[in-house]
Amino acid sequence: MAAEPTASRAIGIDVNGERYERDVTARTLLVHFLRDELQLTGTHIGCDTGNCGACTVLLDGQPVKSCMLLAVQADGASVRTVEGLAPNGDLTPLQRSFNEHHALQCGYCTPGMLMSATALLERNPRPTEEDVRYALQGNICRCTGYVNIVEAVVDAGGES
Amino acid sequence: MLLREVAYARPSTVDEAIAVLAGNEGARALAGGQTLINVMKARVASPEVLVDLADLEELRTIGFSADGLLEIGAMVTYAQLMASSEVDVARPILAEVASTIGDVQVRNRGTVGGNVCVADPTNHLPPLFAVLDATFTVRGAGGERAVSADDFFQGVYLTAVGEGELLTKVSVPPSKGAGDGFAGLTIGKQGTYVVNAAASVSGDGVRIAIGCVAATPVRATAMEEKLSAGDLSEDAVRAAADGLGASLDPPGDVHGSADYRRHLAEVAATRAVLQAASRRKGD
Repeated sequence: MAAEPTASRAIGIDVNGERYERDVTARTLLVHFLRDELQLTGTHIGCDTGNCGACTVLLDGQPVKSCMLLAVQADGASVRTVEGLAPNGDLTPLQRSFNEHHALQCGYCTPGMLMSATALLERNPRPTEEDVRYALQGNICRCTGYVNIVEAVVDAGGES
Repeated sequence: MLLREVAYARPSTVDEAIAVLAGNEGARALAGGQTLINVMKARVASPEVLVDLADLEELRTIGFSADGLLEIGAMVTYAQLMASSEVDVARPILAEVASTIGDVQVRNRGTVGGNVCVADPTNHLPPLFAVLDATFTVRGAGGERAVSADDFFQGVYLTAVGEGELLTKVSVPPSKGAGDGFAGLTIGKQGTYVVNAAASVSGDGVRIAIGCVAATPVRATAMEEKLSAGDLSEDAVRAAADGLGASLDPPGDVHGSADYRRHLAEVAATRAVLQAASRRKGD
């Protein structure tokens, strides 16, 4: 019966449009599953305590921190990672805007920033600076001071 | 960080979930996981079995009971509260406060049930539910019971939900013209509260609860009493808050001494009451 506790579980997850079926141990975090099992290392582990947002992915379209989610919890879900933004190398308007605004320095937080901002632009195509700051509150950047990141997202909204 | 090995179950009914919780030593309910997964990483909690409530659709709904109470399922997320037309009509303060919890990612996963069952003294919802006169429905193998906010919160990380039991919903009376307020001081914008206060002003009087100053929300009964005459001018509210701090025995830490928290309690209670009074529509 489905409710019987087990140490591992067969899951099916759609990641960037591709279906993956794997047996995973219950303790595997989604971020470990993405990085170690699927080799999608664009999703970064920053703080590992749920604070920094570097590991942000879209779960059924909503930004979540993949270090605070077990892979088994994502069974049946659709996940988008930073690799899914420009599968053919054609940057999205948001990614181009990050480039143009120099919205990164070390780049470690960038995948998470891009995923949170992508979700924002999908539900609010023309966000104000205030909207952007509210949407990116769960993403920490220790280099830029955020100004260029916020400008990049506002500008990407104006373009699309 | 790797978690310790743990078993996982994903029941499809509430009764099944209760059976798994009751039948397995060291079983814990997993709601949104925005606290539990992190404390598991830190080895602060080491459940043997996680009982994922994700498939329990009946815990994910917001609706009204036959007698008009707003019923919020334990698995309703903060994001759901913010988007709910039922909440907006019946008790908009819940959406307003939910929109200041954590960040977007946390609000997409974190749940009402998780917030209250963790019973962290710095959480947003315990003092709010205390002033809204909420009722908590706890279900176990023997059936269901209704618990008041006063009885629900029992200590730091401790609630009336016993082993083998599950919080299924929180019921809140609709505002019917009452005004609600929430105020406090956070560590950084929308961070953890140092002190918070919730207030509700209705024809029945004023209800005030202070968070972060004790293991459970503290009702400011003396202040409520002083305001019962109905004068809710700024001067009157400030005067009524006088002495509230002295009645409290809050902890001191790096974010604020006990004395500072006593001071903040008066400031937060005053602001919450004034906000609530300004929103009151008459009954």
